Amino acid sequence: MFDSVIVKMFLQFFINGLMIGMVYALIAIGVVIIFRSTKVFNFAVGDMILVGGYIAWTFFNIGIPPLLVIILTIVVGALLGLIIDRLAMRPMIGQPVLAAIMVTLATAYVLKGIVLLIYGGHPKLFSGFLPGQTFRVRGIVLTNDMLWIFGVTLFLFILFFIFYKFSKFGVDMRATAEDHQLAQTRGIRVRNIFALSWALAGVTAVVGGILLGVKLSVHLPLADVGLKAFAAVIFGGLESILGALVGGLIIGILENLVGGFIEPTLKEIFPYIILLLVLVFRPEGLFGLKRIERL
Amino acid sequence: MRPSGIFDERYEDDIAIVRTKAHWWTLLIGLALLFILPLILNNHLLTTINHIGIVIVICLGLSILTGYTGQISLGQSAFMGVGAYTTAILSVQTGWPFWFAIPMSGLSAGTVGLLFGLPSLRIKGFYLAMATLSAQFIIPWLITHIRTDITGGVFSLVVKPPSLWGVVFNTQFKMFYLIMPIAILMTFFAKNLVRSGIGRAFIAIRDNDLAAEVMGINLFRYKLLSFFICSFFAGVGGALWAYWMRAISTDHFGLMDSVWYLGMIITGGMGSTAGVIFGVTYISVLTELAKVVAPLMGIIFSRIGPGAELALQPIFIGLGILLFLIFEPRGLAHRWEMFKAYYRLWPFSD
Repeated sequence: MFDSVIVKMFLQFFINGLMIGMVYALIAIGVVIIFRSTKVFNFAVGDMILVGGYIAWTFFNIGIPPLLVIILTIVVGALLGLIIDRLAMRPMIGQPVLAAIMVTLATAYVLKGIVLLIYGGHPKLFSGFLPGQTFRVRGIVLTNDMLWIFGVTLFLFILFFIFYKFSKFGVDMRATAEDHQLAQTRGIRVRNIFALSWALAGVTAVVGGILLGVKLSVHLPLADVGLKAFAAVIFGGLESILGALVGGLIIGILENLVGGFIEPTLKEIFPYIILLLVLVFRPEGLFGLKRIERL
Repeated sequence: MRPSGIFDERYEDDIAIVRTKAHWWTLLIGLALLFILPLILNNHLLTTINHIGIVIVICLGLSILTGYTGQISLGQSAFMGVGAYTTAILSVQTGWPFWFAIPMSGLSAGTVGLLFGLPSLRIKGFYLAMATLSAQFIIPWLITHIRTDITGGVFSLVVKPPSLWGVVFNTQFKMFYLIMPIAILMTFFAKNLVRSGIGRAFIAIRDNDLAAEVMGINLFRYKLLSFFICSFFAGVGGALWAYWMRAISTDHFGLMDSVWYLGMIITGGMGSTAGVIFGVTYISVLTELAKVVAPLMGIIFSRIGPGAELALQPIFIGLGILLFLIFEPRGLAHRWEMFKAYYRLWPFSD
């Protein structure tokens, strides 16, 4: 049965989709963390990905070994998140949410400009960045990039899960997500939690940037991947981290299956058709909270 | 708040938009100045002003949906695209005159807007933003893949310039006299709509939709009406855009444009007609300024490289909005109201 061409193609597209879906999920988690803590939707995520990709390329170009590149980029990503929080987002605390969202959009522009200024927008290639070789299992191709993506994202998911569920900071973050005032009265420094959320989102975005950069090369359209992450976020329900994970995977897989089997150009819009259907039949997304409203 | 000594003696006085003689004079002189503007300005500035006029129409619709009814939409530029393509197809295939094609474009965009507004009864906030976001991807795809013989597919579609009584609107100068009257008409319509019973129903839905429903406002009807009006404005704006650009493709109707339209009404101040005009003008002028300032800064920072001026543009625009919102998060309309209050109370304002 595994030898039929259709099944092989299906499995190949499925695995390709799973890998790219893992990256979408990682980026989507960053968006959800910020949304949960601060109620702000981060439109700058696409350009944070871009910054991550270019910074990793710079380190790689100097000749730093891959593992150290990833660690250094993660540190820079966390710093990037902290800087955005301190300079752009903190003055917006207590102001209309839409204005805060507009600020993330303006931040995206500034980041894009800085990237253009330093790197000129030319595609940068990571050739031979990640060690390893391409495997073939029963005719299904598994490249080393894909395996690395799988490994790194899985590792980060588990790490993040433990952090969010069991550590002191994770508990504080979840309390802040419930209610800012209550969290504050319980002695949690809500502003620090905001900063921490942005730092974590910075980390997920830059790691997403490295992985996508390795797979597709680092270039300006990489910022558009942020949009896929938005679709994933809504798909899973805005407030659910598990939802973002599942949403990212589903969107990655569907995109590849539709692109491979039905029509390549449909690949770009198919996630949004699914999104629309999900919203009509399950308005709170797959895992979102159903809010009961009272007057 | 009225200046002292001015009383509303009749109902007509109370509901008038233009209240005093001074108001009338400012309005008339303002309009007169606006209409002799093309005689003074050069072609480049005129192009910018025509663009501002079109975007004002589009953003007025978005302001009714988002600023007054409280439904966030990220699909405005896709609906604008529907209007633009309707006009283009009507003018190429049937040769209908512009005064018929423009309302038709509004209606067609309005109908498509209704379809994407349907989920709005069950979802709100960011979920609705995402439902309209899907419009932003689905509509351009349909335009480029369905009936490509009449839409031109991925290639741009050439539109015939509109003409009236033998005058062909084929220059920026002539287009100004087509765009501005329509923009003023639509502004007047939007301003009056939000003061009517429908507008008050919209505001009630924005403030609390459950409470509005309890008061007897038919949520489904008014939300869809708001979507229809919003997309109608987008369609009219799109039609003007098609006549103005004279070659349209789906690239003009992307997600970033929609986000910018939203950004313009946020910068201007939500829930205000004057705010729309301020916001659109501020961001358009900022964009134009960036084109002037960036090359100058590029000369100063010429060590960085030849791409510097290209890179400085987004930085300039981004910082312009960032700093503005940090210092005035309620938008330009709020500042304007504060100025008016100060002016009225002078010399007793502090």
